[in-house]
Amino acid sequence: MDGDLMSYSQLIEKMLAGDKRSCAKLITAVENDPEKAEKIIREIHQYTGKAHIIGITGPPGAGKSTLTDKIVKKLISQGNKVAVIAVDPTSPYSGGSILGDRIRMQDLALNPDVFIRSMGTRGYLGGLSKYTKNALKILDAAGYNHIIIETVGVGQSEVDVVKIADTIVMVMVPGLGDDIQSIKAGIMEIGDIFVINKSDLFGADRTALEVNMMLDLTMEMDRRPPVVKVTAVKNEGIDDLVNEIKEHLNYLKESRKLEERRKANIKLEVLELMEEQLRKIAISHTDSENKLEDEVIEILNKNKNAYEVRDKLLKGMGTHLRESL
Amino acid sequence: MKRPIRVLIAKPGLDGHDRGAKVIARALRDAGMEVIYTGLRQTPEQIVAAAVQEDVDVVGLSLLSGAHNYLFPKVADLLKEQGVDDVLIIGGGVIPNEDIQGLKEAGISEIFTPGTPTAKMIEYIKNNLKRI
Ligand code: B12
Ligand SMILES: Nc1nc2c(ncn2[C@@H]2O[C@H](COP(=O)(O)OP(=O)(O)OP(=O)(O)O)[C@@H](O)[C@H]2O)c(=O)[nH]1
Ligand SMILES: [Mg+2]
Repeated sequence: MDGDLMSYSQLIEKMLAGDKRSCAKLITAVENDPEKAEKIIREIHQYTGKAHIIGITGPPGAGKSTLTDKIVKKLISQGNKVAVIAVDPTSPYSGGSILGDRIRMQDLALNPDVFIRSMGTRGYLGGLSKYTKNALKILDAAGYNHIIIETVGVGQSEVDVVKIADTIVMVMVPGLGDDIQSIKAGIMEIGDIFVINKSDLFGADRTALEVNMMLDLTMEMDRRPPVVKVTAVKNEGIDDLVNEIKEHLNYLKESRKLEERRKANIKLEVLELMEEQLRKIAISHTDSENKLEDEVIEILNKNKNAYEVRDKLLKGMGTHLRESL
Repeated sequence: MKRPIRVLIAKPGLDGHDRGAKVIARALRDAGMEVIYTGLRQTPEQIVAAAVQEDVDVVGLSLLSGAHNYLFPKVADLLKEQGVDDVLIIGGGVIPNEDIQGLKEAGISEIFTPGTPTAKMIEYIKNNLKRI
């Protein structure tokens, strides 16, 4: 498919009218090509910001996909349109991946109010893919008023989902044992709702107790996250969970925290985009006329140091910067 | 820009033999492709819906039960009905030689039977994508 703006405008028009194939094609474009992504996101921005973005995260195999399936079913039964972005790890060796989250959501495929998209992390370490955010914007513009993002199974630090979600559901399971302690480190802080899934298994009460204790110990919380016991495979506890998810959105709205969160995330986004662009310009600036190459030799021969060279090149970059905008 | 080839591996119908599908999924992953595996017992309609939403380059059907002459063409027809003309459709499994020509005429580009080395399938996919 060619990438001229005309065809994207057409795709966007069809996507806005509810066409799933156009929506899917736009996601492919933003996932693979930063230049196309820019064109598309510029055009659709005005249609975004309406969806409640729900992040589902937790250790590998905790039942995130199974749970997502049940949450989606509940939400559509209430008349919502729901999209899912399910992220699975990309192999660092081959660059390939097996995206298997859909296996747990089989009977949603045909529902007109549901859209499911699988993504590989493609070397990105935050538990998402670098372009998850762009895909999200497309689905938001397409009118899905709830968007669920299932992250890869989190270990210690993959918490980028906080940068794009309004509500974070942290899924735990019985028998994690000491893992609960280790998870605490970076990850307990980000949960807005804690789910103990697989409550049909032995030890669920104890896990719930431990999570509750840990939450009670955590100071400086404006809101104490609820702990909900569910058994996703049996569809038990899902009503409570969905209520808590809605409760959380209400809380965010009433406390004006929704705006705060989104503002903070937009700030981050703009800074990231600036960083990317500046880097691109810096590279093209220093590449032209081999500027960097010559300076490198100076540094190597101890005639100059790296900081000196940085300042000199940055000064020379001024015009280049203005021209490239 | 170089992007990974996206492949949907699907098992239509009631056939429970999934070893082959899993072997293929892993082989394609190891060849750098993004493989979406949807599990057992999919209707052709579900397979096509997934192919559309995932915007895959390839739909790979796996069947060992003998129902390929009905289910494979059904998937090809539904894709055509939805206006999806840029997806390569291939199939594999226990499929008698005499059925292959008919399947090709129905829109399945190639059939890979037991014993075919996965390297050959990977090469075929790379050389026959309908989308650049
Ligand atoms: C193992 C096996 C089983 C296992 C399956 C385990 C599992 N989870 O997969 C068990 C014991 C459960 C089983 C059960 C049955 N089986 Co059985 N089974 C086999 C057997 C011996 C091997 C299949 C296998 O796993 N091969 C290894 C894999 C790697 O090879 P493959 O699947 O063919 O895949 C290769 C290619 O075909 C190709 N390929 C496959 N899919 C795809 C997809 C794409 C996109 C591509 C590119 C390539 C590709 O690439 C693969 C690698 O080279 C075959 C006989 C045979 N020789 O094939 C019978 C066979 C398939 N079974 C058969 C039957 C009848 C049954 C049962 C109905 C028996 C019964 N009466 O209960 C049940 C039905 C189960 C069900 N629910 O559907 C028959 C089918 C007859 C037919 N087609 O008309 C066969 C052919 C045996 C026979 N000669 O009668 N079976
Ligand atoms: N006993 C029990 N098993 C469950 C429950 N929920 C999910 N499972 C099982 O747990 C396994 C993993 O479920 P998934 O939904 O794939 O888990 P996941 O967290 O999405 O896994 P990854 O995406 O691979 O990290 C499956 O075998 C499910 O059937 C539950 O409530 N009880
Ligand atoms: Mg999953």
